[in-house]
Amino acid sequence: MESLKGVKIVEFAAFAAGPAVGKHLADHGATVVHIESKVRPDGFRAHYPPYKDNIHGLNRSGLFALCNNDKLDISLNLKAPKATELAKKIVSWSDVVIENFSPGTMARLGLDYENLTKVKPDLIMLSSSNLGQNGPHAHHAGFGSQLSSLAGFTHLTGYPGGSPQILYGPYIDYIAVAYGAVAILAALDYRRRTGRGNYIDAAQYETGLQYLAPILLDYKVNETLASRNANRDPHAAPHGAYACKGDDSWCAISVHSESEWQALRNAMGNPPWSADPRFASPAARKRNEDALDSHMSEWTRGFSARELMEKLQAAGVRAGVVNTMKDIYTDPQLAQRPQWIELEHPEIGKMHYQRPPFILGRTPPGPSKRDPLFAEHNEYFYRQLLGLSEQEYNRLVEEKVIY
Amino acid sequence: MASNDRIAGLLSPYRVLDLTDELGFLCGKILGDLGADVVKVEPPGGDPARRLGPFYGNQPDPEKSLYWFGFNNNKRGITLNLESAKGRELFCRLAAKVDFIIESFTPGYLDSLNIGYPALSRLNPRLILTSITPFGQTGPYSRFKASDIEIMALSGCMSLTGDPDRAPLRVSFPQSYAWTGSYAAIGALTAHYYREQTGEGQQVDVSAQACLLWAFSHAHIFWDLNRHVEKRAGSFMTGRSITGAKMRVFWPCKDGYLNFIIYGGEAGRRTNQALVEWIDSQGMAPEFLKQKDWKAFDIARVTQEEIDRMEEPIGEFFKGVTKAEFFKEVVKRQMLGYPVASVKEIFEDPQHEARRFWQRIEHPELKASMDYPGGFAKFSEGACQIWRRAPLIGEHNEEIYGQEFGMSSAEIAELKKQGVI
Repeated sequence: MESLKGVKIVEFAAFAAGPAVGKHLADHGATVVHIESKVRPDGFRAHYPPYKDNIHGLNRSGLFALCNNDKLDISLNLKAPKATELAKKIVSWSDVVIENFSPGTMARLGLDYENLTKVKPDLIMLSSSNLGQNGPHAHHAGFGSQLSSLAGFTHLTGYPGGSPQILYGPYIDYIAVAYGAVAILAALDYRRRTGRGNYIDAAQYETGLQYLAPILLDYKVNETLASRNANRDPHAAPHGAYACKGDDSWCAISVHSESEWQALRNAMGNPPWSADPRFASPAARKRNEDALDSHMSEWTRGFSARELMEKLQAAGVRAGVVNTMKDIYTDPQLAQRPQWIELEHPEIGKMHYQRPPFILGRTPPGPSKRDPLFAEHNEYFYRQLLGLSEQEYNRLVEEKVIY
Repeated sequence: MASNDRIAGLLSPYRVLDLTDELGFLCGKILGDLGADVVKVEPPGGDPARRLGPFYGNQPDPEKSLYWFGFNNNKRGITLNLESAKGRELFCRLAAKVDFIIESFTPGYLDSLNIGYPALSRLNPRLILTSITPFGQTGPYSRFKASDIEIMALSGCMSLTGDPDRAPLRVSFPQSYAWTGSYAAIGALTAHYYREQTGEGQQVDVSAQACLLWAFSHAHIFWDLNRHVEKRAGSFMTGRSITGAKMRVFWPCKDGYLNFIIYGGEAGRRTNQALVEWIDSQGMAPEFLKQKDWKAFDIARVTQEEIDRMEEPIGEFFKGVTKAEFFKEVVKRQMLGYPVASVKEIFEDPQHEARRFWQRIEHPELKASMDYPGGFAKFSEGACQIWRRAPLIGEHNEEIYGQEFGMSSAEIAELKKQGVI
């Protein structure tokens, strides 16, 4: 966890969009301070399952754990009269501020970029918001689970003619998280070279649309309206998830070229149907895809999903088990990286903390520490890192500023 | 736009060689958005991914792929045959002078040509080699082939999408490549930060399967904490209530669908209250809904029965509302919720106009200009934008091999003849 050692980050942030950015940087050794308060604890702690054993508690949130390992947690009641002054002191200690309040909130608290650069002239600040800091809809707050619909993703998911389908959770938030982390890392490099800070206005909406560039162009240029089409793909057939032996067990298979089709035929033992002229070319297979899929399904049902994946991959055909949320923890490839590190948490017990999706050969990442309990590091941070005297600290606790 | 404009970008001092296929396109583009000089290296004849549609004018043509345009802008383009000895020699000359190489070959391929990380790091110890593959450089799946749907399957994403009694689904437009490219960019820049502190480069081993664990986060945590497996639930949201109640997400409206969810928390309570007021203003709110004490409403403990009872009048009301009306009202009333937009409605959203999000890019060879999604964020220092359209096949061969590497026109012609470039 050497890569980002020495970088100091403060989060005025909650849920995923802000804190997950901090998590990616903390995984590589940045010192990240997560700020919340008794008045308003992080929403993941407060009302967002899962909680360990389904028992609600501020220190029992699995999602908070996912997004906050290796961080320091302090409390600061931003609504208290002296809070702004203390917040500025914290910012002057830091290199980077991450915030994901609704636009305008930091300004109302006197903590907008302009004010903060008075105490930290080369500050890097990321504001991650739903729709951006300006524009007619800027002040509309929202959650990623719904923004994923405004940004077109759910329109593209489902069966043709049927209802759109949900992408589980706040899908688009985690797109903005990747861009947010990239933006901070680029700004840190720029600051090193020029001495200048940066204010970064990231609209989750706009980061999401990056993923859809080709179909946005397609509409503008060709007036083609992309829509949901189940598992079909314009460039490949067969292309889908096929039922296998066992309860709700599936294997994804796709064929993108003539040689892959021949490899699939061989792997199936060259059944007579596969020689039918209806399946003799990519265009023919696309035309007769329903018939092709029913032949495929008949064959795939004879295998377990894993057996089928191994068999097809060995034959040079793309295939992958539809892993469940349980399977991913035992998937041999993810286990080999390893993708999770088990750490002990005082209230959750054993928890699998997620490692980055990339491995740095020279500077291996964490997680190395479980997520912090609510306000766990108040004394350590305020006294030792920020240098408040015992008297100052006690007074701020008493006045419910540190609260 | 002239290429030297990009000195206004945050990463303008850095040079990148991009040898990826579609799995890695976005990584290089992101560095390019930030001003890095990204050179796309294609095999002679062009990258096979140029066959991916949609196409300009619906004409399949390697120079008209909108997929290519969308994810390879902000790159210059050269051709180079890595399988010829002369091609590798050229590649090594380039590799010695760049800051980043991004590649997405099957693990072991570059090593088999003696240009894997060990060889490249001897040439250029500061180099950051970002290797992007479906499953990573080592491990039981490392040689597996996968396209979008297999990555979506093995990362667990598909198990969460679709109707419970039908096949699991992917998103109809490939998503895994974009997720992988953007998370790979975090890896490349994290290694870059370390390199600038210490002078030491390294290899970044990116797994698409691992990147996609974030896409449908946080469903897996239910298993880790409570041994409960979250599964696909059609158009319903699960996991918000400890009673197991599920909430409707998609509601048919006059001209399509709306995304509205009965939420808890402060924003949820405010939304529920505002919706009831809106329904009531149309005389359609039943008494029990008007009497509901939203302050006492606890989403984590709500039962299915209670949810069903609330959803019935809400569903009736939404049937008479258009997407545009809904959007207007949620903004006005500060409610959570959005219409299910298609790309058409995304272009109509005045928010993008106000933020100058769309960026018009000229394609002189097509005698056309196109509106692209612009920079991914706005920076107070240093622009983030599209600096140049995607390259044509070998468009910058002369510029890079000739002007920047000092090769004569005759030498370049000879390399072309030998099939090296």
